[in-house]
Amino acid sequence: MMAEYLAALAAVLVAPFIGGVLMGIDRIVSARLQSRQGPPLFQPFYDILKLFAKRRMAANTFQMISVSVYLASMVLSLALLFMGQDLLVLLFILALGNIMLILGGFSVKSPYSQLGSQREVIVLLAYEPLLVCMVVGTYIMTGSFSAASIFGLERPLALSMPAFVITQALVMAMKLHKSPFDVSASHHAHQELVRGIYTEFSGPQMAVIELAHLYELVLLLGFIALFWHTNLGIGIALALACYGAVIVLDNISARMTTRWMFGFTWSFGLALAAANLAALYATGPLPR
Amino acid sequence: MGLIDIARSKSPWILHFDAGACNGCDIELLACLTPVYDVERFGIINIGNPKHADVLLVTGTVNKRSARVLRNLYDQMPEPKAVVAIGACALSGGVFHQCYNILGGVDSVLPVDVYVPGCAPKPEAIIEGVVMALGKMQEREHARKRGAA
Ligand code: SF4
Repeated sequence: MMAEYLAALAAVLVAPFIGGVLMGIDRIVSARLQSRQGPPLFQPFYDILKLFAKRRMAANTFQMISVSVYLASMVLSLALLFMGQDLLVLLFILALGNIMLILGGFSVKSPYSQLGSQREVIVLLAYEPLLVCMVVGTYIMTGSFSAASIFGLERPLALSMPAFVITQALVMAMKLHKSPFDVSASHHAHQELVRGIYTEFSGPQMAVIELAHLYELVLLLGFIALFWHTNLGIGIALALACYGAVIVLDNISARMTTRWMFGFTWSFGLALAAANLAALYATGPLPR
Repeated sequence: MGLIDIARSKSPWILHFDAGACNGCDIELLACLTPVYDVERFGIINIGNPKHADVLLVTGTVNKRSARVLRNLYDQMPEPKAVVAIGACALSGGVFHQCYNILGGVDSVLPVDVYVPGCAPKPEAIIEGVVMALGKMQEREHARKRGAA
């Protein structure tokens, strides 16, 4: 038990640095794809520090509560993953954080924030079934919802649940607000939405959100790495490959509508998930 | 120079407002974002949202209508912040300065930190203006800290 707590503590302390560097790489790669040079590697850290140092200008007190719960839920989810805890509980905590952020967006009268929050609800509805299906898949394989039980399997999950690697990559694109799924907020505010759900969060609140994003990124990559638990080197490579694919997708596609996104994930994504689940049912749990 | 100062100087997010320009200055300003000048190298992002912005870049003359919007945008920016006036019009009213509806330059409404002259100024000049504005912003912040201490 002690070792698990230490692993979780280490993950919580190290994750922002890994997430920040990965986001820095994302921004450089995106810039290069647009034949620009791009910002320094540590740009995400500069941004967060600067935002923390700005003076507070909250529209209401609930905003700070909402972003704090959002950050706490990301940190807790990451800790739970590294402690090998229940994946379903993890998903609920993750959703709770997202809903708090959405409520924070709704708590302000600004139409941009309102519209962004409404769309974020649809984004949540679009990816949540895919996450739940993945957990159901691991349950069929291991007979348990706990992340630790995956490590009891002999064969990597990716071999028996290949479709879920794709759906996890889709979930990552949606959760990171990458094109074509950046319907509720995008990284640059040059559209009808301004910055969508983030529009009204300023200074330190925005810094907390950005920090939570770093945790979120590591968490999403961790999910994918879990698909190759027998050799975590390959697992991490798989996760980074998915991240690379998401970055490329972001740069080659335009923003689509919420309706399209919803239809796409619930048809293509869920069909993939269902086909894979059916195959798992047919073969039954794997030998340990 | 502390960590915060470094972070501030490396991450200026800008907000661009066209108070009534002929669009010449705006084109030069947007040219800064293109691959040729790529201001993201310096961490500069055209954030387009006053609540996230650090530096307000104003082009064009201020007229009776845009003055209110300009003031509103400025008030929504959290401190520390800086204002840069770009182009002859934003400095003094330029070619429009005797029109019936013109109040004058940006400084008739807001405290301006840096004036970038030209009609229109080159992108290099605009980038330099932002850098100078950051310097002034830091100085003001330090003076405020000393005053509070
Ligand atoms: S300074 Fe010149 S280019 Fe700029 S807005 Fe005025 S007239 Fe147009």
